[in-house]
Amino acid sequence: MVNSVVVDVDGLTVRRGGRPVLREVRFRVDRGSVTGLLGPSGCGKSTLMRAIVGAQVVESGAVTVLGLPAGDPGLRDRVGYATQNPAVHADLTVTEALRYFASVLKAARTDVRRVIDEVGLTNHANAMVGQLSGGQRSRASLAVALLGKPELLVLDEPTVGLDPVLREELWALFHSLAARGVTLLVSSHVMDEAARCQRLLLMREGRILADDTPQGLRERTETADVEHAFLKLIKEAA
Amino acid sequence: MSTARRILAQLRHDPRTVAMLLLLPSLLMVLLRFVFNSEQAFSRAAPALLGVFPFIIMFMIASITTLRERTSGTLERLMTMPISKLGLIGGYAMAFGIVAVAQVAVATLVSVWWLDLDITGPLWILLVIAVLDALLGMALGLFVSAFARTEFQAMQFMPVFVMPQILLCGVFVPRDEMAGLLNWLSDVMPLSYAVQALTHVTRSADFTGSLARDLVVIGGSALLALVLGAATLRRRTP
Repeated sequence: MVNSVVVDVDGLTVRRGGRPVLREVRFRVDRGSVTGLLGPSGCGKSTLMRAIVGAQVVESGAVTVLGLPAGDPGLRDRVGYATQNPAVHADLTVTEALRYFASVLKAARTDVRRVIDEVGLTNHANAMVGQLSGGQRSRASLAVALLGKPELLVLDEPTVGLDPVLREELWALFHSLAARGVTLLVSSHVMDEAARCQRLLLMREGRILADDTPQGLRERTETADVEHAFLKLIKEAA
Repeated sequence: MSTARRILAQLRHDPRTVAMLLLLPSLLMVLLRFVFNSEQAFSRAAPALLGVFPFIIMFMIASITTLRERTSGTLERLMTMPISKLGLIGGYAMAFGIVAVAQVAVATLVSVWWLDLDITGPLWILLVIAVLDALLGMALGLFVSAFARTEFQAMQFMPVFVMPQILLCGVFVPRDEMAGLLNWLSDVMPLSYAVQALTHVTRSADFTGSLARDLVVIGGSALLALVLGAATLRRRTP
């Protein structure tokens, strides 16, 4: 079924500052799945995510999202994107900042309340974004991505610097969104987050090293966790 | 519209900036009055500077604000959302336009009623020219911020783009006494027309063709700078 493929990356190559950051990357993501994009920092995760939301100049290859080329005007209110650095106006309150993005996205006004609750910032709704802690700020940024009715969520390291309880809650939120048919692509450089994804893409130096379920990966490499599986794959590739 | 509202909300959270925006040109006019220490000399120079001060201030405010939008990542995020480039720049223009009107109104009223600035022409034309000037400064600031990567660079664009205009606009030396090349440069700089129009209003009550032409030149330049500023926004970046 063609309709079930939400992201189709085909032979994607990206250069930044003359250096290849992504080399011939190829994969597909199905609707309603939670895919983890794992790899050390600098491996090209963020660039790949930027290419999927259409913010990255690409050298060659094709990225198709929901049947349209990435960055197509028709996708702008269907794809939610949260960058690694929290991109929210620091000199506004959480509510004001979200209200602005909600009006740009033409989302319902009640959405602002909903996303603040979803990311657990209810007690900080009237705090200035600039005065939030790093983790709170990145949750405010995540909240922007949840506004409206995105069919695909591209989240760059959304759980960095969060305490385990909050991390647990956010992953529960991600899975409940997926159960409603939202597709999620979540990056992390923390390998222990991998177990929470249905599928993993391990990246290193601009290439996809492995594309498997967490269990499949452990079985194939005969290791106990993803961290060791990753190490073993790097050794095999060398 | 929502962008304009958001920028005004950001300003509201920064009362010191608001106070400076509203009072700075007026304070400079007061200083100028005492420096000249004569009503006549003041009345000769003041109208031109009533256009120049807001021009400089709005240039700086606009270039720093847009630069912050670029460096904080909020611009990249907005560019993945359903907002048009002209809509975004238009929102900026509207918000800063409101600030400019307030700023110029305060400065003009202080000059006329308290500092005894003598103008022959109607007050409202003086106001219109000064507001157009502030808008021109804002539009130029928006445009050049596209070429600055850091706030250091943006600050230095001020002398690069603003100082030559001030030196050549006729405040220091009458434009027709300048050497050929300087005169030509003065002719292509929009601020020259603003000073010409302001000087005209001080001396004559007639609404002449050349005054109308000056107003069109200032407004047209501001509009052009805004459109060029919108053209520098990129949805995809390297």
